[in-house]
Amino acid sequence: MEIFFQQVVSGLATGGIYGSVALALVMIYQATDVVNYAQGEMAMFSTYIAWTLINAGVPYWWAFFGTLVISFVGGVLLERVIIRPVESAPILTIVIVCIGLLVILNSVAGWIYSYIQKPFPSPFPPKPIMLGTVVFGAHDLGAIGVTLVVLALLYAFFRFTTLGLAMRAAAQNPVSSRLCGIRVGWMLAIGWGLAAMVGAVAGMMVAPIVFLDPNMMAGILIYAFASATLGGFTSPGGAVVGGLIVGVIENLVGTYVHFIGTELKLTVALALILIVLVFKPSGLFGRATIHRV
Amino acid sequence: MLRRTILSALLAALALAPAVTMAADTPGVTATEIKIGNTNPYSGPASAYGTIGKALGAYFKKVNEEGGINGRKINYVTYDDAYSPPKTVEMVRKLVEQDQVALLFQTLGTPTNTAIHKYMNQQKVPHIFVATGATKWNDPKNHAWTMGWQPNYQTEGRIYANYILKNVPDAKIGILYQNDDYGKDYRKGLHDGLGEAAAKKMIVMEQTYEVTDPTIDSQIVNLKNSGANVFFNVTIPKFAVQAIKKAHDIGWKPLHLLNNVSSSLGTTLKPAGLEASKGLITALYMKEITDPQWKNDKGYLDWVAWMKKYYPEGALDDQANAYAYSVAQTLVQVLKQCGNDLSRENIMKQAASLKNLELPLLLPGIKINTSATDFAPIEQEQLARFDGERWVLFGELYDAAKR
Amino acid sequence: MTPRARAVGVAAALAVALVLPLFVSNFRLFQFTQVGVYAIALLGLNVLTGYNGQISLGHGAFYALGAYTTAIMIDRWDVPYPLTIIAAGVLCLVAGFLFGIPALRLEGLYLALATFALALAIPQILKYFEHWTGGSQGIVLSKPNAPWGLKLSPDQWLYFVTLGVLVALFVLARNLLAGRTGRAIVAIRDNPIAAQAMGVNTALYKSLTFGVSAAYTGVAGGLSALVIAFVAPDAFNVFLSITLLVGIVIGGLASISGALFGALFIQFVPNWAQDISKAAPWAIYGVFLILFMYVMPRGIAGALRLALARAGRRGTGTRA
Repeated sequence: MEIFFQQVVSGLATGGIYGSVALALVMIYQATDVVNYAQGEMAMFSTYIAWTLINAGVPYWWAFFGTLVISFVGGVLLERVIIRPVESAPILTIVIVCIGLLVILNSVAGWIYSYIQKPFPSPFPPKPIMLGTVVFGAHDLGAIGVTLVVLALLYAFFRFTTLGLAMRAAAQNPVSSRLCGIRVGWMLAIGWGLAAMVGAVAGMMVAPIVFLDPNMMAGILIYAFASATLGGFTSPGGAVVGGLIVGVIENLVGTYVHFIGTELKLTVALALILIVLVFKPSGLFGRATIHRV
Repeated sequence: MLRRTILSALLAALALAPAVTMAADTPGVTATEIKIGNTNPYSGPASAYGTIGKALGAYFKKVNEEGGINGRKINYVTYDDAYSPPKTVEMVRKLVEQDQVALLFQTLGTPTNTAIHKYMNQQKVPHIFVATGATKWNDPKNHAWTMGWQPNYQTEGRIYANYILKNVPDAKIGILYQNDDYGKDYRKGLHDGLGEAAAKKMIVMEQTYEVTDPTIDSQIVNLKNSGANVFFNVTIPKFAVQAIKKAHDIGWKPLHLLNNVSSSLGTTLKPAGLEASKGLITALYMKEITDPQWKNDKGYLDWVAWMKKYYPEGALDDQANAYAYSVAQTLVQVLKQCGNDLSRENIMKQAASLKNLELPLLLPGIKINTSATDFAPIEQEQLARFDGERWVLFGELYDAAKR
Repeated sequence: MTPRARAVGVAAALAVALVLPLFVSNFRLFQFTQVGVYAIALLGLNVLTGYNGQISLGHGAFYALGAYTTAIMIDRWDVPYPLTIIAAGVLCLVAGFLFGIPALRLEGLYLALATFALALAIPQILKYFEHWTGGSQGIVLSKPNAPWGLKLSPDQWLYFVTLGVLVALFVLARNLLAGRTGRAIVAIRDNPIAAQAMGVNTALYKSLTFGVSAAYTGVAGGLSALVIAFVAPDAFNVFLSITLLVGIVIGGLASISGALFGALFIQFVPNWAQDISKAAPWAIYGVFLILFMYVMPRGIAGALRLALARAGRRGTGTRA
């Protein structure tokens, strides 16, 4: 039974990672109606900025918030400069531009920082917390906590602020929003900025666990997609819960289903998600889309 | 009917096309130049290895500035294959058929080299010192044109097996390996070295991971729980770092055998934490360039000087750049031995006639030897234990050729 | 474009393709064979995504299925290779149709991600069934020689085989899309509810389109196994699926010729990128991608259509 709990705890820890990146994905989807394939690489790049600041002697929390500001500005700029020209093009055109952005960021990061992985500091104490014989990593718990805080802030922002409401309106119905005087273009840019910020938080929480290198996010992004799909792309809370579920299921499958073992655990996790989708096509917590004829 | 006419006209034209006149000499070799081909992943998921291809080019630049080899400059042509076998096939055909290289050198990766293995041997183009530790490159009988360089993974697995049998009679072994040929070769080496009976008795758990996995925490938890007191860690640096740190964090303190692939202080041990890395055992054949014990070593200092002059954008803490330096030196030796006979046959013959070649960045005492029946240049390794600061070599040099 | 101009264009392209082997080396021919293989796969994906509006990020999976079908049948049972290509197509038709049934319930984004999951799982599955697939070592094949004593090198022969399959499948797709079936497929994309109201069996058509699309991609995969003479899980990672998507969007969605343009792009542009910079070839490739999309947001075929329409207007002066 001890192993069961330890695997669940460990699954929650990795699930927290998936959830935080999934949250960033959902975030940008809500604010701009685009699934941003470059999200992972943007987060990776932000983390390198934080790393550069910390290495230059900036204290952790200064570097943390400094990175958030830089990421926000960077996200806004990316939207204004790169995405803007194809804003009205078919959705797949935007997807290809995002893929272009992905490979550029990945390649440039490797070029500037080399591919050698770098340790990234955690703001939490290194000592693990023991509960009986089950070990909780302090950073793992802290990272989940930070993700939940971000989630709460986002919820409040979209729910209670005029800007948040305007952004949602702009994403869902650009034409009517424009008629109401909302500057749709800028709303999209702010959406990208916010998503870049959420991504930066995720990156800085992930890096102490998986270490920082240009390909840090490749594997995680895949699981983040799975988590967001499972939770529902319209639900930020769902994305986080989806991440935790994926993390735990994956560990338990790898540990207990012996003929599968660790070799097919990703496949099994994906298959489970597909099955969920067949019964709940918009994810566990997502809203079903309603069509007007 | 029309189509058939076109087709037959076409076929007739093909039949009449004059055969390409073959130059009497080796393609890629002139009085002043020898052309060498290479593929490396400069893009894609394995792009961390791309530095090897660049460092090779930097080394040949140095050779050329110093006058080349027997008066010939090296013309090094390298292409990106993104670690994708179909792309490797395309790029290698370009090198051989269009660029007309004399030989192929240090093509990187096991699946990628497997894809061109047959082609190179059919074309009879030297395919030497491939950058992979698989065992199959040492097969002079069936593949007389292909040769490896580094000690193969199976041999290294056997070294650890020997160590376990001698020192840990009550071993309970847990293995973590990458789910591909590289991981499986190490695993096989360990199994073979232990022998069937001992393997069955001693190995209590085997776990795998995929390169695309974000973390391996779950596997480490399972291994700890299995009660293993020996941990055979067959992971690339990205995961080795995590494994060392996680094992330390959850208070699992087995005898930790770390594969050579991840033995670099700079890329693995320092990021994981020197304290957590204390007590690790690995098998080495090269000087670890980030290890302080070599900081006044002449071979190391020469390497640093070369890096600064010819490859300033390369990382001084990346062992791959030392690897590239050494393997390039091996090729230079082969070409020197060739003298003026740079036929492909002679290149292969000389590559298979290296005798007691010592290189500045190989561990003291390690010698490169090849023969017509031995296509495995480096077959010696030595165990080392990490004392929190440096790798302390211990025991004798293990020589696979003598067993 | 007038039908006449189109016919001339197609004939010219075909003529060039037929005499190409006279003028280029075996290596170049091999590259063009790969273009042909990609074009078949892209056409398959385009039928699904461009014409039917179902986005798939997982066609690499069908490509892999086709490639392994061919490789295993040749390697294990010595089946003549033409049969293995057909088998690859049929198997993928069935697999695609079956996958298309649950996919019916998924829309846009969720379908894209579900198919993405398929692409991700493929390398793991291939390694798991090591007994059949050779695991991560893959399967090495031999290139088929030209039959009937033809004096053609294996590269030339495979080029013609691929060209033949390509032409046949393009004609088939054109006929399919130009007729009743094609109108139903497009109607489902543009307005599924209206299509259903008009009596189109949406579910059946969507699953069938999925099957046909997968079959095309499977045939391409089978041919690729012959052309490369090697299959291994590393050849079928997620980047393959993404590359295929890049191909259809750059080439032009919902356009038959777009598949050909897209194939040329994904075959040659990465090579140019690395010729420009070995330091960061992906950065160059990414810039190419973005610039292409800026200049031609509807792909190469879309841009051509626009340019021809403009030229036509200018030429006659009277056409609206």
